[in-house]
Amino acid sequence: MGNEYAIEADQLRRTYRGRTGWLRPKKTEVDAVRGVSFTVRRGELFGLLGPNGAGKTTTIKMLNTLLIPTSGTARVGGHDVVKQTREVRRRIGYVFGGDRGLYERLSALDNLRYFAELYGVAPREQKRRIAELLDLVGLAGRERERVEGYSRGMRQRLHIARGLLHAPDVLFLDEPSIGVDPVAARELRRTVADLAASGTTVLLTTHYMVEADELCDRIAVIADGQIQALGTPAELRHRADGRRVVEVEAYGVPDSAVAALRELPGVRETAVEERGALQLLTVQSDAHVDVQGEVLRELAGVRLGRVSSREPTLEDAYVAIVNAA
Amino acid sequence: MLLLGTLLHVKQISRSPLEVAIAMVVPIVQATLAVYLFRSGGEQHRLIEAAVGAGLMGVWSSVLFGSGGAIQNQRWQGTLEMIMLAPRRPMLVILPITVATGLTGAYSLLATLTWGRLLYGIRLDFAHPAAFVVAAVVCVLALGMFGLLLASTFVLMRNANALTNALEYPIWLVSGMLVPITVLPAWTGPIAAVLPTTWGARALREATTGGPVWPSIGICLAISLGCLILGGFAMTYVERRARAAATLALA
Ligand SMILES: Nc1ncnc2c1ncn2[C@@H]1O[C@H](COP(=O)(O)OP(=O)(O)O)[C@@H](O)[C@H]1O
Ligand SMILES: [Mg+2]
Repeated sequence: MGNEYAIEADQLRRTYRGRTGWLRPKKTEVDAVRGVSFTVRRGELFGLLGPNGAGKTTTIKMLNTLLIPTSGTARVGGHDVVKQTREVRRRIGYVFGGDRGLYERLSALDNLRYFAELYGVAPREQKRRIAELLDLVGLAGRERERVEGYSRGMRQRLHIARGLLHAPDVLFLDEPSIGVDPVAARELRRTVADLAASGTTVLLTTHYMVEADELCDRIAVIADGQIQALGTPAELRHRADGRRVVEVEAYGVPDSAVAALRELPGVRETAVEERGALQLLTVQSDAHVDVQGEVLRELAGVRLGRVSSREPTLEDAYVAIVNAA
Repeated sequence: MLLLGTLLHVKQISRSPLEVAIAMVVPIVQATLAVYLFRSGGEQHRLIEAAVGAGLMGVWSSVLFGSGGAIQNQRWQGTLEMIMLAPRRPMLVILPITVATGLTGAYSLLATLTWGRLLYGIRLDFAHPAAFVVAAVVCVLALGMFGLLLASTFVLMRNANALTNALEYPIWLVSGMLVPITVLPAWTGPIAAVLPTTWGARALREATTGGPVWPSIGICLAISLGCLILGGFAMTYVERRARAAATLALA
C-alpha cells in the first residue's frame, strides 16, 4: 500500500495477431492499443471514452490480467498485472456490458454462490454478502429464477453483484449500459456513483458522452488506440471554447453536400446523426464567423426541419477530439 | 469449492435440452448396438460385457465432447473469461467442469445398462458388484482428470472441436471399450497402456465377468493422478498462452 494510485498504465500496447483464410493463410495484425498511459487515483471514477473499436476493451483487459500487453507495463493497487496476476485478481472486479458472462441455466443465486466460492469469499460470509448485494442491485426476491428468463437490465445488475462479491478495491466496468433501457441505465449510473462515493476505484468505459460527463471525475478520450485528450469534463469542454454550433434537421442529405459543408470558411467539424428518417447535421465553426447562412445555401434543395444555433456542449468537444484523431 | 463447482456444472449441463435429448437417446442406441454386435455369439456374459463397454463409450464421449464442449460453451457464454479471472489456480477452476462431464457420463453408463436390461433382458449379474461400483467411481474420476489434460488444449485453441472428433473413435478402440484390446494390432499396446481409460475399462470388465479387479483400479487411479498433475501444469502454462494469444474470448 502507501501508493496513491489504484491504476497506473505506462505505454501499454497490444497487437492482435491472427490468421485469416484456410487454404492460403494470411497473417493479420491489428494494433488495437498503441501506447496508452494514464493513472487513476484511489477512489477516483475514471472514464475511458471512445467510439467502437477505439481500444477500450483491449485496454481494460490488459489491466485486469485477461490479456498480456504486447509491450508496456501496468500496475493495479501497486501490483504488476503480468508478474503478480494473483494479487491483482484478488483486488479487482470486472463487469462487462451485454448479456453474456453468466450461467444461463442456473439461478442468480447459484451464479453468485459459484463465483463467491471461486473468488474465495469466506463460507460464513457468503450468505450475508450475497443477500446484501441482491438488495443493492434490486434483485432480492427473484434470485431463485434462472438467468435465461432475465431481462437485459436484470442480467446487468446481476453482473454487477457478481463483480462486487469479494468487495474489490478496483472495479472495471466495460460499457455497462450497453443495451439497457434509459430508466435502468439511470439506476445503473446511480449504483456506480454510490460505489465510487464509498471508496471503490472505478474505471468505466463507455461511448456515451452523457454517461461519462455525469459520472466521471476525469475522462480520457481514446480513439485509434491512443489517448487523444485527458482531463475533467470541464477541462474537456474548454476544447470547444471559441466555437459555435449550428444544428440542422434534414431529410435525405447527399454525402456530397456534407463534404461541401466541411469546406466552408470557418467550419471546423461536421457530423451527421441518423434519427430514423431524419438526419441531424451538426456544424461547428469559429464563434466569430456566422456560417448559418452559408450552410443553408449549401443545403438548398434538401428538405429541412428545425434549424438552430447554440453554444458547444461536452459532446461537441468529444466529436472534435475524435475527429481530429 | 471443487464440490460446489462440480455440482453446479452438472446442473448447468443437465438443464440443456440438447444434452438431455442426447443423454436419453444415446444409451438406447448403445444398448442396441451392444446387443446386435454380440447376439450372434449368444453367450450371456458377452452381452453384459458389451453393454458395459458401450456404456463406457458413453462416458468417454461425454468427457471428450463434454470437457471440450463445456470449455467451448463457456467461451460462447463469456463465462470462460470470468472464471479464469478468479484468483485461483487455473486447474482448480477447470477440474470441476471435467469431473462434472465425467459424472453425466456415468449416468450414460447406468442408462445403457438399464436399457439393456429393460429392452433386451440382459441379465445384470456382476461377478463383483461392490468392485463394480468402486471401479465406476474411479472411472468417472479418471475421465475427469484425463479430461483436464484435454481441456487445456481447448482453453488454448478456439477451434479444438476438430481434435475431439478425431480422438473419439481411436480412444474407444485403443482403450478396449468396444473390443478387447487383445484383438488390436500390437503397436497399439503401449498407447493403450498409458491411457487411464484402458485400465478403467479393464477394471469394469473384470468386475463384470470376474478377474483381479483391484490392480486395474489401482493403475487407473495412478495414471489419472499423473494426468491431474500434468494437467495442472498444462493448465497454468496454457492459461498464460491464452492470455497472450487472446483466445479466452470469442473475438
Ligand atoms: N481478439 C481479437 N482479435 C483481433 N482483433 C481484435 C480482437 N479484439 C479486438 N480486436 C480489434 O481491436 C480493435 C480494438 O477493439 P476493442 O478494444 O474491442 O475496442 P472498443 O472496446 O473500444 O470498442 C478493433 O479494431 C477490434 O476489431
Ligand atoms: Mg468494447
